[in-house]
Amino acid sequence: MVVVAEGLDRLFEALRRREFTVVGPTVRDGAIVYDELESAADLPTGWTDEQDGGHYRLERRDDEAVFGYVVGPHSWKRYLHPPFLRLWRAEKRDDGFQVARDEAPRKPYAFLGVRSCELHAIAIQDRVFLEGEHVDPIYRERRENAFIVAVNCGQAGGTCFCVSMNTGPKASQGFDLALTEVLEDGRHYFVVESGSDRGAELLAELGGSEATEVELTAAEVAVKNAVGQMGRSLETEGLKELLYRNYEHPRWDQVAERCLACTNCTMVCPTCFCSSVEDVSDLDGEGAERWRTWDSCFSGEFSYIHGGNVRQTVKSRYRQWMTHKLATWYDQFGSSGCVGCGRCITWCPVAIDITEEAAAIRLDDRPSEQ
Amino acid sequence: MAVVEKSKPKIAVWKFASCDGCQLSLLNCEDELLNLLGEVEIGYFLEASRATVEGPYDLSLVEGSITTPHDAERIHSVRRRSRHLVTIGACATAGGIQALRNFQDVEEFTSIVYASPQYISTLRKSTAIADHVKVDLELRGCPIDKGQLLEVIGAFLAGRKPGIPSHSVCLECKRQGTVCVMVAHGTPCLGPVTQAGCRALCPSYSRGCFGCFGPMESPNTASLSDRWRQLGEGNHNLIRAFRTFNAYADAFRKESEALEVLGTRDAR
Repeated sequence: MVVVAEGLDRLFEALRRREFTVVGPTVRDGAIVYDELESAADLPTGWTDEQDGGHYRLERRDDEAVFGYVVGPHSWKRYLHPPFLRLWRAEKRDDGFQVARDEAPRKPYAFLGVRSCELHAIAIQDRVFLEGEHVDPIYRERRENAFIVAVNCGQAGGTCFCVSMNTGPKASQGFDLALTEVLEDGRHYFVVESGSDRGAELLAELGGSEATEVELTAAEVAVKNAVGQMGRSLETEGLKELLYRNYEHPRWDQVAERCLACTNCTMVCPTCFCSSVEDVSDLDGEGAERWRTWDSCFSGEFSYIHGGNVRQTVKSRYRQWMTHKLATWYDQFGSSGCVGCGRCITWCPVAIDITEEAAAIRLDDRPSEQ
Repeated sequence: MAVVEKSKPKIAVWKFASCDGCQLSLLNCEDELLNLLGEVEIGYFLEASRATVEGPYDLSLVEGSITTPHDAERIHSVRRRSRHLVTIGACATAGGIQALRNFQDVEEFTSIVYASPQYISTLRKSTAIADHVKVDLELRGCPIDKGQLLEVIGAFLAGRKPGIPSHSVCLECKRQGTVCVMVAHGTPCLGPVTQAGCRALCPSYSRGCFGCFGPMESPNTASLSDRWRQLGEGNHNLIRAFRTFNAYADAFRKESEALEVLGTRDAR
């Protein structure tokens, strides 16, 4: 189907009628971030982003593209796996404790503007949180009813490498609706496909028309352009084995000299899922709360176990993180832990580049003696 | 079961060379102050009351740095009367802004500033309390964060470990969704080498971090300095950034001294 640009207003209305909280891209503090949106007017129309290692700039476009940017510092895990969450509160009673969980009724989320790499990241977190022996009920509750409006990328950023990771730029799975934005010959429209029954139902309310061959081709060309614009690439052939046999490679020392262990890469990574659980108590000892917060393998306390820290050096922390993303993740969860979104490259304050680090090791393969 | 009325822990607040801002953080706990007074006895807190109670004290909060021979003696007396001693603020934990003297000749200062410098009895260096006595916990910040102070007192009362993180400010920025000022605006920021605790206050107002909470657990100051230079900051500005409230904290001191060796030739 083809929906004109004004159809976005109808999309918001249709999502609201279904009682969704719409979350999507908006401009704030010099970046395109994800936040709760009121209407299509909140979308970053006419804005784009320029990205490179340790570098992000919000820029004006010379057209009115709504989704003419790549990905920003936020990812959807902020909503599916929140950075701060009170798990419970306990209060003292004469006969013990009364424990109350926070189960306020919440409207389901509609995520608007989800990129293909992000769909893959969500699928990865699904495997982490929903499959296997231990299911995370918090993630499940937020994920189950979420409505996903994907956007196929019409351009790639300076740190993108989804083509290498086989995760984009065209959305292939995991969406209710997928939009491709086309600005051509004075026309501005979206080619929309549905990926689910409820997506098809909603699409029928957007007042679109059947897509013509010309329109479909224009959408295809837009996505093809993005394929050719990838700012980074990563050779994945034999990558797991390469990293496994290079645990003692001198490159780890070199990257540790630059690494700030500031945790930014793990925070912006859409698949990193680690958290910490902390208890706090009231001053009068009558109540206590348990909070879950995002944590990072780059912090010292994270790898502190009884008797000491198992990863004392920054070198060991960087090696653990990168090897987890690109190698051990396969053994643990059956896929790569990296989707090629490029956030860890852009948002590293000192521009450490995971693709560059992997390439350097490949170029100088030095199997360590076992 | 017989209920035994337990006596309230006695708290003392001591001042050394400082501006009183950290003690004020305790008085600023307006909403929690009455609750707190229900749980502890304030034994010594001159900023709040002239009335004092004899020691020993269960918990001493010590503000300020050691800058005089008299204070270097007095801190030992405080320690002897304290079961637990927690230092609060950049002065007590790193020597404070007054530790800038440590990089200069103090006698030269006193000869210029005071009409009769012979009456001035001061040490050559302003030093942290932990350089003089055993400290049980250091609470960072200029000033300290009142939430962290209440966490320390609450943990002390509950007999549990306080949740005072030593990771970077970046983690706080990212958790709360603050856009990185360094990456997105090109604003020099000390956040990656600074300990969290302020809820990333300055970056949340689009300012770079000033390093009020001192060095984080694994501060890679040299790498951050390299990045600041790429952003156009000269060594002169870098030295000034590392030499503020926590100038004499080990990692910041070493970096500023290394930068001094490099020279200020590209100062701007």
